[in-house]
Amino acid sequence: MILQLLTGGVLLGCVYGLVSMGLSLIYGVMGIVNFAHGALVMLAMYVSYWLNTYVSLDPVIGTPIIALIMFGFGMILYKLVIKRVLKGPFLARMLVTFGLSIFFINMAQFLWSPDYRNIQGAISKGTFMLGSVFIELPKLVASVGSLIVAALIYWFLRKTKTGLAIQAISIDRSAASLMGINLEKLNAIAFGIGIACAGAAGSLLASYYYIFPDVGTMFGLVALVAVALGGFGSTEGALIGAILIGIIETLGGFYIGPEYKYALIFLSYVLIVIVRPKGLMGWGAD
Amino acid sequence: MKKNSLVVRMVLALMMVAVLFVPMMGSAAPATIKIGTIYPLTGANATTGADCMSGVEMALDIINNSYDIDFPFAKTVGIPNLGGAKLELVVGDSRGDATVGMAETERIITESKVCAFFGGYQSGVVKTTSMAAERLQIPYVLSDATSPTLTERGFQWFFRVIPHDGIQAKNALEMVNDIEKKEKVDLKKLAILWENTEWGASVAVELRKWAAHYGYKLVADISYVYKATDVSAEVLKLKAANPDIIVHAAYVSDAILFTQTMKAMKVAPKVFIGMAGYLDPNYVGTVGADAENIFVRGVYGLDLAVSKPYVAKINELYKKKYGRDMSPNAARSFTAPFVIADAINRAKSTKPEDIRKALLETNMPASALITAYDGVKFDPVTHDNTLAKSLYLQIQGGKLRVVWPFNLAAVPYSYPFAWGK
Repeated sequence: MILQLLTGGVLLGCVYGLVSMGLSLIYGVMGIVNFAHGALVMLAMYVSYWLNTYVSLDPVIGTPIIALIMFGFGMILYKLVIKRVLKGPFLARMLVTFGLSIFFINMAQFLWSPDYRNIQGAISKGTFMLGSVFIELPKLVASVGSLIVAALIYWFLRKTKTGLAIQAISIDRSAASLMGINLEKLNAIAFGIGIACAGAAGSLLASYYYIFPDVGTMFGLVALVAVALGGFGSTEGALIGAILIGIIETLGGFYIGPEYKYALIFLSYVLIVIVRPKGLMGWGAD
Repeated sequence: MKKNSLVVRMVLALMMVAVLFVPMMGSAAPATIKIGTIYPLTGANATTGADCMSGVEMALDIINNSYDIDFPFAKTVGIPNLGGAKLELVVGDSRGDATVGMAETERIITESKVCAFFGGYQSGVVKTTSMAAERLQIPYVLSDATSPTLTERGFQWFFRVIPHDGIQAKNALEMVNDIEKKEKVDLKKLAILWENTEWGASVAVELRKWAAHYGYKLVADISYVYKATDVSAEVLKLKAANPDIIVHAAYVSDAILFTQTMKAMKVAPKVFIGMAGYLDPNYVGTVGADAENIFVRGVYGLDLAVSKPYVAKINELYKKKYGRDMSPNAARSFTAPFVIADAINRAKSTKPEDIRKALLETNMPASALITAYDGVKFDPVTHDNTLAKSLYLQIQGGKLRVVWPFNLAAVPYSYPFAWGK
């Protein structure tokens, strides 16, 4: 049983992780908490749904395409909205993404109605047994997908010039700027990548989860805790934090009681913040 | 002289016209009567809220316009005793949240000056919306939330048409008992699964009580947060208990999530009973064949048209407007506007106190309802409907069919439960 619970927790955590990594990256580079992250996951789920309905693109196979679309959308969003408020007061930066989130959710409700939709006949379906452990194939596929995206981001940040520049910005903004790094351009790229992560997560989720305008809210909230747990600004930390949350959720839900599982997640967050305010792997100044 | 008589005649003529006109003016332009309502129109329960609202809109359409259906207020326009005054709806959005619900209700009552209020859908929300109405002294008619505690507060302005969870929980186990006798099997192990707001908790309390009464052994008693994104832990707990009977008090998103997870983990009860969220058309739409053979408690089914021909006619109207059959949730919410219209019509007044008095004297026959109740008559103390009754439906071929009580059954039930392909 414990093995079953752990597997479930890790699978759940990986998907949370993908949402959290984007969130963490954006915070690290721009110092804004993207409250619209959950809503963007929702938008990606709808994009995935429409692509499946009209051109029968499987959500799992379509993940790179949707990530790319969301990357473009992220860049546009940055140019149109985020760039303008970055110079504004702190409160404006806080509230703009919050406002965007409400806007996207209500827009989805207006355009596509509050109906629940799901993608029928995705290629990954069914369950199989691994020893004594039940594994749901769509969740496994989504988790593997998340890990691939995580590896890509890790590689990008560590090994490419652009990635190193992004890291430089998140460590010290003004020093990076003095070294001749183009902040504007890199901000846009980082924001785009962050949203692309949300896009990939949305697309992978769409293969087994139902889609409705409010679907992103809980994912966004959990991701926020995962990021805080892992350390604001650290993408690996976000992934690890998210997996921890997944495990706490399933183990705590089973042994302590399902009604407390979200309370447990937030409790563990509070404990970590008390013991280690930066989060598990944070290195940015809070 | 001649001139004088002309003036006199003209004055007289004018006076006659005036005498004729005055009473006509009173009835020729009846004012509209404002009534308020609230549903979760955004958030996780938004589809159900929209479904309930469609029932309400249908009800107002029938009351306000003339249709050739043998049903109260259908053939006439508006409220007959108030010169055909039409009902005007003021709608609020609770977002599925008790605090928001209360604030919205207060706003609608004080700003729009409604003379009656109804709706809410979630018991946890109705708990506070009804408080606001009680405090502001506006009659509140509830036809779609079932927690017993709502009518245990001694409220003066609050009335409930739908049977509460105590009756519905008893009926659930009665049905299982009936099935056991008919199938000559012995089912013992009962699992109850409930979302942990006001409504789910009250269903659980009632089920525990009746389980003891009917001699079922409670092997799992699991509560959870209805907005959960993953329910593996809950379902594993359920699987470990290996129950014969599962009763699930759920809203729609959690009903979908549990169904998918239970199927994935191969939880296999003999009898699977769902509530509330399972009635949402989006539920069957989303899980498809996995919904087959699930029993759902309800107070309405299209099968009632066999004994009530107007049910089919109203459903036809509904279908023309919304492109689908009327769901039991829509039918629940459809009822409250009629109870209010009936009270206003008898009161011949839109004063809240007059409407409240009229509600206390309500005596609607079964033929004035599309639901399975024997009528509407409020208990003088609790204001619960003493003639309320519930049904059990089973999802067969993607449709909700009435299967219990057996004398009202449209089709035989199918047993035991098995997952769809």
